[in-house]
Amino acid sequence: MARTDAKKDVVIVGLGWTGAIMGMELAQEGLEILALERGPNRETVPEMRYPNMIDELSQGERHNMMLRPAQSTVTIRRNLNETALPMRKWGSFLLGNGVGGSGVHWNGQNWRPQPIEMQLRSHIRDTWGEEIIPEDMTIGDYPVTYDELEPYFDRFERVAGITGAAGNINGEVQEGGNPFEGWRSGDYPMPPLPVTYNGIKFAEAARAMGYHPFLRPGGNASTSYVNEYGMQMGACNFCGFCERYGCYQYSKSSPQTTILAALFRKPNFSYRTGAEVLRVEMAADGQTATGVTYFDEEAGEEVFQPADIVILAAYQIENVRLMLLSGIGTPYDPVSGQGVTGKNYGYQITGSTSMFFRDEHFNPFIGSGINGVCIDDFGMSANDFGALGFIGGAYISSAQTNGQPIRSMPLPQDTPAWGAEWKSGIAEWYGHQMSIGHHGSVMSYRGHYCDLDPTYRDRHGRPLMRITFDWHPNELRMNAYLKEKIEEIARSMQPDVMQSSYKDYNSRYDVRPYQTTHNTGGTIMGATPETGAVNRYLQAWDKHNVFVTGAGAFVQNTQYNPTGLVGGLAYWAVDAIRRQYLRNPGPLA
Amino acid sequence: MIFLRILAAFVLMGIMALVAIIWLPVSRSPLSESVPADWTASPGEGEYVMRAGDCMACHTAENGPDFAGGRAIESPLGTIYTANITPDPETGIGSWTLPQFRAAMIDGLRPDGAHLYPAMPYENYRMLTERDIRALYSYFMDEVEPVNSPVPEPELPLPFNQRWGIRVLNWAILSHDNGFDGTMGDPVLDRGQYLVEGPGHCAACHSPRTVYMGQDGIAAGEPDFLTGGFIAGQEAPPLRGQGSRIRHWPIQELTTFLATGRNFESTANGEMGLVVDHSLQHLTDDDIIAIARFLRAADRLQHEAPEEAVATGPLSIPYAQANAEGADTARMLTGAQPDMPLGARLYLDNCAQCHFVTGRGSPGIFPALQGNSLVTSSEIAPLVSIILQGARVEGTEKRPMPLVMQGYKDRLDDAEIAELASFLRQAWGNAAEPVTEAEVAEIRQSGEAIGH
Repeated sequence: MARTDAKKDVVIVGLGWTGAIMGMELAQEGLEILALERGPNRETVPEMRYPNMIDELSQGERHNMMLRPAQSTVTIRRNLNETALPMRKWGSFLLGNGVGGSGVHWNGQNWRPQPIEMQLRSHIRDTWGEEIIPEDMTIGDYPVTYDELEPYFDRFERVAGITGAAGNINGEVQEGGNPFEGWRSGDYPMPPLPVTYNGIKFAEAARAMGYHPFLRPGGNASTSYVNEYGMQMGACNFCGFCERYGCYQYSKSSPQTTILAALFRKPNFSYRTGAEVLRVEMAADGQTATGVTYFDEEAGEEVFQPADIVILAAYQIENVRLMLLSGIGTPYDPVSGQGVTGKNYGYQITGSTSMFFRDEHFNPFIGSGINGVCIDDFGMSANDFGALGFIGGAYISSAQTNGQPIRSMPLPQDTPAWGAEWKSGIAEWYGHQMSIGHHGSVMSYRGHYCDLDPTYRDRHGRPLMRITFDWHPNELRMNAYLKEKIEEIARSMQPDVMQSSYKDYNSRYDVRPYQTTHNTGGTIMGATPETGAVNRYLQAWDKHNVFVTGAGAFVQNTQYNPTGLVGGLAYWAVDAIRRQYLRNPGPLA
Repeated sequence: MIFLRILAAFVLMGIMALVAIIWLPVSRSPLSESVPADWTASPGEGEYVMRAGDCMACHTAENGPDFAGGRAIESPLGTIYTANITPDPETGIGSWTLPQFRAAMIDGLRPDGAHLYPAMPYENYRMLTERDIRALYSYFMDEVEPVNSPVPEPELPLPFNQRWGIRVLNWAILSHDNGFDGTMGDPVLDRGQYLVEGPGHCAACHSPRTVYMGQDGIAAGEPDFLTGGFIAGQEAPPLRGQGSRIRHWPIQELTTFLATGRNFESTANGEMGLVVDHSLQHLTDDDIIAIARFLRAADRLQHEAPEEAVATGPLSIPYAQANAEGADTARMLTGAQPDMPLGARLYLDNCAQCHFVTGRGSPGIFPALQGNSLVTSSEIAPLVSIILQGARVEGTEKRPMPLVMQGYKDRLDDAEIAELASFLRQAWGNAAEPVTEAEVAEIRQSGEAIGH
């Protein structure tokens, strides 16, 4: 050990959304807090300045904002019999890095789960009987309900500055909102943004078929906004550079625009960048953590940072790895089904239909990360799992998030991928295309999990995280169902050319094309130490002074983008720390 | 012969007067109120007076230790450097007695009897109460860390480097009694009046200057009080009278601006940014409201107190649509025809995302450019330097996010910035002279950013 620093009350690993929330709330208790961030500092100016930030080649294609695989990566295999190999260029998902974490480079799409998603196993048991659940499907109930979380969803939406139109206020369905959403205690803090033409067209078609279109909620400001911390956003101008980019005009919800500057004013809060946490250190009796050891990039040495409370607020993958490396919770064994840490790795499934209209102009360069019209008529609560033969749901949407030339140049599939004909294809079709896609749930399975790779190690000699995941027939059935529904809508719109891109029943998980950065599970919540690595307050069952935030807590993935649940759980957990744990440190459940 | 005699008489009188100016002992003002000898300031009181008086902004060099002085003040006559006012006995004010400190504050006198340059606003501090002076003295002596740091001598040519010359000036400008008597007939308004006229020394920048460079209007009731001036190459806009933009602000927008450096249409850039950062954001809500009420009362406007000085979030504030004066420009920018003038095209490509085609910005975060005195000022350097270097409005307790605008010096050349600045000065009904490429080149050359 090269160095031991002065003890803190709280050490936070990772300064993204949940690290910032935890820091802000606990700083208000007067605690001495240090946040450790492995990546660089990031501020709107200079790091996200125009036009440098909106360089698609650097950011979109070469992932400059993301974790460098040379610093750390993951290995992936599809089943227990394959040998996992390391990702050397990001594909299927993008791991953020630096201050603000993935909250800098997300699109901003923000949803709450449906109430039944939180108690899914019970809901299925009560409605159809547990026998419809496939034998290898390890779904469960979250040890916390939607009703309990509602005030914390609301809090996060008000801090993050979420736009949208409510669909259900205290049980009353609201015109223009999502009638399938869980009840909310109030409207969104900002009205929805205007929508692009593709959304208007989709809404008309969907409404004609009896569906219930609504504008997608999310963190792109539609007005000037001031949140409870006094942090501010300005209205979004549809520049079309959200996902993979930091927002240069203070319009996208991020830790930078909604929490960090307020947090940095707190004299009892400090943070370090270039500080990669290697492991959580334990007391001799193994009952509690004593702090963390991190690698100080600048000093080039390991540092022990003692602390009374350790909060793992890194991305899901790194949180699972730190727990496994530090001996927090029993490692999950996919053969016996015993153990919890690493269990129930989840992902999401997507597919889309593309439509070309020779005489329509969609102006794809007008976009925002949350832009789009959605329907939730095939969501979890609407689907009859017993009749349909799958468990799951999806929302369907027509988005127009960007018109970036490298990755957003949709062409009819018979167009050559290069050369003069490709060029004339672009001249003919650019701006004449729109699409409808789905964003669907993925259940938890016995064989989908995270563990430490037996072969590949990072630069510190620590094993990489190994992910074992593949598409399951349950999700592929749901995907086929959604394809049918989407194509039906698309056909009704009478495009000149229509083409679909969905997984088929033989599809295997392909890590190369981008799908979603909605990796979940591995540090799952459970009502007992046997069913979860953390309890209902995100507190490690076996180390009461360790709390683990983020989507790793998801017992199974929801059908929605996860940030709303991640933010809600963070406020829920920190409220319990503030009200209960600080007064009486010990197990909260 | 007669003529020569008269001339000789005048010369003789002049020499006698000069001798008197140089050699007659200076007089120090009597106490304006009696304070018990055993009176001591309550904890924090002295620091609060320091904040209200904004001592830190001038007496701290950029990135230097607090109050150690050395900040260059450019005056039309040359450069002077602010004093080290830490209690260091050698280079600061550690050896000063209370009466000596008091004389500096209200009479502009050093302990050795030399005159302070009027960059030190003793003309305004003259209105400080004796209690505040004592509180301030004990703050500097007991609570500020001494810093041993000599400051450079002033760089002034003859005759301005002769401090006795200031004495003539002081005969003209220090004719008012020291101490404060409110004239507003209401305790809250009097408190606002005290803060504005005395410690806040708003008139030092926001009142015009007379021919002999004194402030033209230091107190309510004087005709030119706070009708606008200049400071450090930047326009200090009028706070009352016909040309005042703030008279159209709802009172809560005024209090919000004072406390946070930003409001529905404006941000505090440059010198005013320093005032907010070092002084105003530290005042109580009651004092901020008192200041705002006084400013409006002094302009004969309705001055009912707002519910709170700064509204508490969450707040969703819709952005403004184009108004009649701005409609044509907004229409041109929305049309985005390729044959638009270069300045308009550059605006669309670089500025409109935040400041909008309406030129009215996004309330609370991106200032309006329409009717913005910094944009249309005869002093073009602040506008051009913001385009070049960017700008930063510091975060405050109630609005902690620093508002940082990036600079465009690497993206736009001098000719483009001249076109862009000229466009801004004439768009949305703005009517100011265009900016030339040569002017931009000169400002670029100086490398100066405002508020640093």
